[in-house]
Amino acid sequence: MSMSTILQHCLTGISLGGAYALIAIGYTLVYGILRLINFAHGEIFMMAGYFMIFSLASFPWPIAIVITVVVTTLMGVIIERVAYKPLREAPRMSIMISAIGVSFLLQNLSTYLFTAIPRGYPEIPFLKRIFRVGDVSASFVTILTPVLTIVLVMVLMGLINRTKTGMAMRAVSKDFETAKLMGININRIISVTFAIGSFLAAVGSILYFTDRMSVTPFSGTLPGLKCFVAAVFGGIGNIPGAVVGGFFIGIVETLLVALGYSTFSDAFTFLLLIVMLLVRPTGLFGEKTVEKV
Amino acid sequence: MNIKKRNTIYSLVAIALFLAFLYWLDANRLKQGMMISVLQKGAILALVAVAMNLLNGFTGLFSLGQAGFMSIGAYTTAILIIPVKSLDGVYYMNGVHPAIMSLRVMMAESPPFLQSLYPFIALLLGGIIAAVAALLVGLAVLRLKSDYLAIATLGLSEIVRAIFSSPQFDQITNGSYGLNKIPNFPSMLWGLIPSLVTPFIITGVCVAFIVLLINSSYGRAFKAIREDEIAAEAMGISLYKHKEMSFVISSFFSAIAGGMLAMYMRSIEAKTFSIMLTYDILLIVVIGGIGSITGSVVSAFLVTAAKEWWLRFFDRPLTLFGMEVPLFRTGFRMVIFSILLMIVVLIYRRGLFGTNEFSWDAVRRRLGRRGKEARS
Amino acid sequence: MKKYAIAVLAILMVGSLLFAGGGAEKKDGPKEVVIGVFQPLTGENGGGGYQETLGIRYANKMYPTVVIGGETYNVRLVEADNKSDKTEAVTAAHSLISSGASVIIGSYGSGVSIAAGDIFQDNKVPAVGASCTNPQVTLGNDYYYRICFLDPFQGTVMANFAIQEGATKAAVITQLGDDYSSGLGNFFARAFRDLGGSVVSEQQFQTNATDFKSILTNIKAVNPDVIFAPSSIATAPLIIKQARELGITAKIMAGDTWENSSIIENAGVSAEGVVLSTFFDDADPATAEASKFIEGFRKYLVENKQDEIIPAVSALGYDAYLTALRGIELANSTKGPAIRDALALVDIEGVTGRIIFDENGDADKDMAFIKVVENGQFKFLKTVSVI
Repeated sequence: MSMSTILQHCLTGISLGGAYALIAIGYTLVYGILRLINFAHGEIFMMAGYFMIFSLASFPWPIAIVITVVVTTLMGVIIERVAYKPLREAPRMSIMISAIGVSFLLQNLSTYLFTAIPRGYPEIPFLKRIFRVGDVSASFVTILTPVLTIVLVMVLMGLINRTKTGMAMRAVSKDFETAKLMGININRIISVTFAIGSFLAAVGSILYFTDRMSVTPFSGTLPGLKCFVAAVFGGIGNIPGAVVGGFFIGIVETLLVALGYSTFSDAFTFLLLIVMLLVRPTGLFGEKTVEKV
Repeated sequence: MNIKKRNTIYSLVAIALFLAFLYWLDANRLKQGMMISVLQKGAILALVAVAMNLLNGFTGLFSLGQAGFMSIGAYTTAILIIPVKSLDGVYYMNGVHPAIMSLRVMMAESPPFLQSLYPFIALLLGGIIAAVAALLVGLAVLRLKSDYLAIATLGLSEIVRAIFSSPQFDQITNGSYGLNKIPNFPSMLWGLIPSLVTPFIITGVCVAFIVLLINSSYGRAFKAIREDEIAAEAMGISLYKHKEMSFVISSFFSAIAGGMLAMYMRSIEAKTFSIMLTYDILLIVVIGGIGSITGSVVSAFLVTAAKEWWLRFFDRPLTLFGMEVPLFRTGFRMVIFSILLMIVVLIYRRGLFGTNEFSWDAVRRRLGRRGKEARS
Repeated sequence: MKKYAIAVLAILMVGSLLFAGGGAEKKDGPKEVVIGVFQPLTGENGGGGYQETLGIRYANKMYPTVVIGGETYNVRLVEADNKSDKTEAVTAAHSLISSGASVIIGSYGSGVSIAAGDIFQDNKVPAVGASCTNPQVTLGNDYYYRICFLDPFQGTVMANFAIQEGATKAAVITQLGDDYSSGLGNFFARAFRDLGGSVVSEQQFQTNATDFKSILTNIKAVNPDVIFAPSSIATAPLIIKQARELGITAKIMAGDTWENSSIIENAGVSAEGVVLSTFFDDADPATAEASKFIEGFRKYLVENKQDEIIPAVSALGYDAYLTALRGIELANSTKGPAIRDALALVDIEGVTGRIIFDENGDADKDMAFIKVVENGQFKFLKTVSVI
């Protein structure tokens, strides 16, 4: 393979990785605080895609982006209030089934509302401007994605480490009960967590779908699961870890498809998960926590 | 007569009535096509649901890998029972693997007595392969905590699906084109039991086995593990051995159900056994009540029937009193199902049956109470 | 309260058991024969399936009755959505059979047709395929007929065209698991090689994939003259746009599925120059029936909020309905086996040409129309016949 082909593949991989990283952060945040795998996160990502299609049909793109992000964030918070809050004291299996139920509901709702015919994702002109350097060409959004990801992650880390809310979040993820005793408003913190996760998923969805141009009700399932694997890979509960995991999986997936093993790209991700869980359950950057046996 | 005898007689009468009903259906096959296909699919899903309940409800191991084991059973069965003359047609893209062809030819040349047994042998073989796979996989995966186990088994199911649909295994599994021309259920006992009734017999036998297992000391060990692992271990129950047993048995029966699904659908592809199938079974188990075998069986039939009926009712435009009711469109019934699942999960957490099983005493009590009220 | 709710739920669900088993609704009045419409209305091929269904519905509007044994029967259409999915196809097929269909029309998409073929054969209900081009649909199934040309023919036609245009290197992109796409791609590659060309790259993508950049990058590296990419309507604009975005200038060609205005809409200016083969050209009607169809169907399309351009699959759907009707007429009965035997004798002039079946159940069609996208429209280029 020539140099330019490899470079082209790398660009695609990094761009995909950036989108995955943004989604993976959502998983890792929620798990850190609630010890819940939010199966519905992939579906939130997919719904953001549909919201974008509909807002772009009626509003100019800057307003459409704002609407999409706001609505998605709200949706994430509402889902938490309705489906997860009542089950906080219930056994772990119930809340996981609830998450699966929400995922199921969102998929079927989209199929019903938007029909399962793939919908064309509208173009945002400046995002799709093509740049060509030699033999390698990419649209602006391909280059923007990883950059934006890193910026957002840095902002998020600042939020976590330097603000009161961030400190509260860290406290809740360390020890739920004690944080409550210390007077932290648990409900507010949890809502903030979901809001941040959904916000990032919305941004990720805009970047992801602009390059892919079509949304179906099932566009979110596989990316959702892969991003969870990314979060586990990097160390669940650890944000920079999730980012690294997202990029890693995005790049490897692209390479596998480029080499012709596209069927195995999904299988590889899950194999990675199982290997990680067996060999190093805390992930690359995770801390040693309660044992998983 | 004593209670046990009376209950047994009730059960036998019920089974006889049901069998009579099935024979009547067989005689009226053309008109009752929908009822037959709903009942058959219900029976198949009932078996998977019970298998899943064994693992999730009775042993407390949250596993989402049922679809993967079903696909192992389905593919094994399909490869072994597609008629030899159709094999080349089915594998038209890349040709069938010579080893498979020679095996099938050898099978086709064996005496007819043996040939009528082959579908059942195929089902069993599918189950055994799945059980072996579960044994190996369980070694690695059963150590994990509940939510990690769920994701790991989900991932395994996807890995199996990817392997079955990969172009590299085209000559064995026909890659992503799937297998078709799978023959329908075989009849049993040389035609005494028509092919229509076969899936019910198979499901019945398997569920009976699981019920016996639950009521044995192994079943008590499973329940103990579900309640409190550490206490169970302290009581001398080998966690590892029993978890593996539960996992292996559950996979064995899931695979048999998968094989039956292949015979029912006549054509399968790897996409049939996606995560959505596991979610569907989870829906059935949750609605029926996690921890109740009767619940899973009843819920399987009800959910399958509801899906078919609702398919015609909710998915088509409905005019009431001359006005079109606005919401009814394709896909509406699945939305209702999802909402139903959420309601059961959030509010009616015990499902239809909770952890209770069916018993004739409960039926008598209910009827008796009403009778007594009527008399007084 | 809770017990009451559970009781209601239980009654609702038990009631469903009884209703689900119910057979076809009985109506008083004129006798009727049921034709089942087996099409994808949602899912990947929903667009094409819907267009084919429109053709069938229009034909039913134009010819709503048939004469059997001296009596006039109403023809009622029952539609079942197979959702472009082989698993759903099985359920849809079952539901059509249990609603009493005497003959089935469908489906758009060879994969689902192959999957349901066994069920139709088992239940002795003949099926007439309108646009499913894969040979496996009718091979070994004496209950399946088809009125369009086959993929080996179509692949050869496109390979011929490519060679004639001076291409020596071709790349083929096919969809894994889609019988139509993989079959047609294979036939094209074979024909192209037989004619002396070389296939420099064969790439496959998964169903529902939306990102083709990796595949297209690989193709760009070997620099083919043409890219043959028979795929569904949904993926077509993605492939076209992403190819042009990567700077690929090769000519892009495909089969009959690409004749759909939504592709031009979604791909925009990148679609210029795309070449495809198809069954029908509405600018050049061959018979009086065809002209009448073109005029009337255009109005029907507008009524149904579609563009005025007649999709080829709608014309095929129309013809399939006429074929089915003629079969019922010749059979003089509503029973499946009789209609199956009668269909073998059908000989009519449809709007897509003369329809007469060979011993395999395939129509003797030997003409394909090649169209090219020019100025945002499909323009007829030439007809190609098998020599």
